[in-house]
Amino acid sequence: MKWRVGVLAVLAGFALTGSAFADDAATIRLGAAVSLSGKYSTNGVFTRNGYDLAVARINESGGVKVGDKTYKLEIVYYDDESTPARGAQLAERLIQQDKVQYLLGPYSSGLVEAMAPVTEKYGVPMVEANGAAISLFRKGYKYLFAVLSTTDQYLKGAVDLAGKQSADPSKLKIAMAFENDPFSQDVREGVTEDAKRFGMKIVVDDKLPPELNDMSATLTKVKLLKPDILIVSGHEKGAETAIRQISDQRVNVPMLAMTHCDSAQIAEKHGKIAEYTLCAAQWAPSLGYSDKLFGKASDYAALYEKTYKEAAPYQAAESSAAVQVFADAFTRAGSLDPKAVRDALSATNIQTFYGPIHFDETGKNVDKPTILFQVQDGKYVVVYPEKWAEAKLRTPTPSWDKR
Amino acid sequence: MTDNLILLLQNPSFALDVVLNGLLAGAIFALAAYGMSLVWGVLNIVNIVQGELVVLGGYITFVTIGAGVPALVALPLSALVMFGVGFALYYTVIFRVIDKDLFISILATFGLSIVIQQLMNTVFGSDVRSIDTGLGSFYMLDGAVTVAWIKIVACALALVSGLALWTFLRYARLGQAIRATAQNPRAAHILGIDTSRVYAITYGLNGALCGAAGSLAVMAWTIHPYIGLPYTVRSFMIVVVAGLGNVGGVVAAGLSLGALENVAGFVFGAEYQIAFVFALMVLILVWRNWRAARRRTYLA
Repeated sequence: MKWRVGVLAVLAGFALTGSAFADDAATIRLGAAVSLSGKYSTNGVFTRNGYDLAVARINESGGVKVGDKTYKLEIVYYDDESTPARGAQLAERLIQQDKVQYLLGPYSSGLVEAMAPVTEKYGVPMVEANGAAISLFRKGYKYLFAVLSTTDQYLKGAVDLAGKQSADPSKLKIAMAFENDPFSQDVREGVTEDAKRFGMKIVVDDKLPPELNDMSATLTKVKLLKPDILIVSGHEKGAETAIRQISDQRVNVPMLAMTHCDSAQIAEKHGKIAEYTLCAAQWAPSLGYSDKLFGKASDYAALYEKTYKEAAPYQAAESSAAVQVFADAFTRAGSLDPKAVRDALSATNIQTFYGPIHFDETGKNVDKPTILFQVQDGKYVVVYPEKWAEAKLRTPTPSWDKR
Repeated sequence: MTDNLILLLQNPSFALDVVLNGLLAGAIFALAAYGMSLVWGVLNIVNIVQGELVVLGGYITFVTIGAGVPALVALPLSALVMFGVGFALYYTVIFRVIDKDLFISILATFGLSIVIQQLMNTVFGSDVRSIDTGLGSFYMLDGAVTVAWIKIVACALALVSGLALWTFLRYARLGQAIRATAQNPRAAHILGIDTSRVYAITYGLNGALCGAAGSLAVMAWTIHPYIGLPYTVRSFMIVVVAGLGNVGGVVAAGLSLGALENVAGFVFGAEYQIAFVFALMVLILVWRNWRAARRRTYLA
């Protein structure tokens, strides 16, 4: 019985200090549920690192000016365990119990999808940086904003590149293998649209089940039908499986494009067999964007590496940008009223180290393009869009007996 | 769908590629299924944690190869460590549910699978892992048929382990004790067999088989903490088809499941590959039931 009293006392103590913080007028508290355990834990930690880095940087440089007062930022975190149901619960808890009035997004579209109805219900603005599904922005949400490019944009660049390279794009054949989940199916939608625009022919259109780690049947079909472009999307496991099996089965395609190859570290892990692969990404340290807070994109990458002892992933960069968007909106709103902040958010039009951020009426960022890396000599080199290209595209990919 | 079928029939060399890749994948499923068949037959437990043991075996290989151990040593090492893990699991959890009804043991092993999943996620992270053995691929017929050497090695190892297991159960003293316990634990106990130890060793043996299967899986494909369930389901299915205590049947069922699955993936599209596995299982259960019913009528 005694320990129970003790635990209660400790809990009461926490509750007291908690409310003491809430009364502290000089801080603005943001809430976030991120995946610190479960299947998204790697990316969840990147998300948190990005948020923390931006908060630390903003506080160091004097805080956020709202009206004539200056505030520090602080984030209340919970672990959503990578499960949507838990995410929705925690959004409710952040708003109801912790009295947080502004949320930063979780990792993954699925989690955002679960939390958005809650923030919408309470009129709490949420700026998210890691939920790219286009479907999120077709539901008429008023309080949801996303700094990253939506999924349908991811691999359009690859189709565009192939179309421009070819004398007659309508003769090109495309093979697609996309995981059967909302993210990858959105990517597929964008690719299909663009293929149609060029009049290309889709010869393989397989949906990979989420629990599949063997795509040899699909690849045999690709070998047989000899498409000009092979596009694969299925998170890190899709990228890893595809790279392995394409070389195992010696599948020859002139162009291979996929998502998540940088986070799956295909160049680092697989060396030569990953060469020539095109990878869609949201951001790269080599891009020429900059802002006052972090400096250039490369400065951000250096700061991140110094702080966390690892290379800056784009998941962290976009998370930092989300905090910057909030800080900017607070200042412009000149008030901490969630409704006023929401209106200021929707009028956002800023340049960041991560890229330009400007929301359309559905809340998605329409100004920032996605980029394509190509694995060249073991490095990820930006080859698309032309404006930021660091090197020329190496094409076509030679056949396996010449590699 | 029909055009895929026509494509396959018109290009027999590519059809061979699909079947061969499937067969070799089936060998790894068979390896995990031996273990399940053994545990089911001897301990009367449907081991839902099977897939997680496979994945854990894969991680052990991943770590040891990362530390510089050659692949040929890493595989038996993984099997050995997993024997220990199985043995320890028996004395901590499994022995408590061994004579309870099937529901309790399914629940307990299901719980174990969640615990192991989360532990693997905490210890090894959620990243997808695989090991490139650098063996390259075997190819013939102008590149139409390509098979990674590691899959051929995996198949050979699976067949050898099957044979070794069969020999062990048939001729070794301990193997005979295991079979005796499976047939009638009370009688075996009365005749001086330490049945509790036999159970522990059987479960450890299952762990070792899973360890070997996982080791091959990480070299042939990819693993992550949540990929266990497909291995459990396939093992279950292979055992249902082959029946208990039938090593040859497990090999045959495993290989044909692998091949059928891959052909289905080609013809119906990858999205129906796993659905096909489940549909096949339902058909087989119906067929077995029908056959059993007929036999009963005949006896009556």
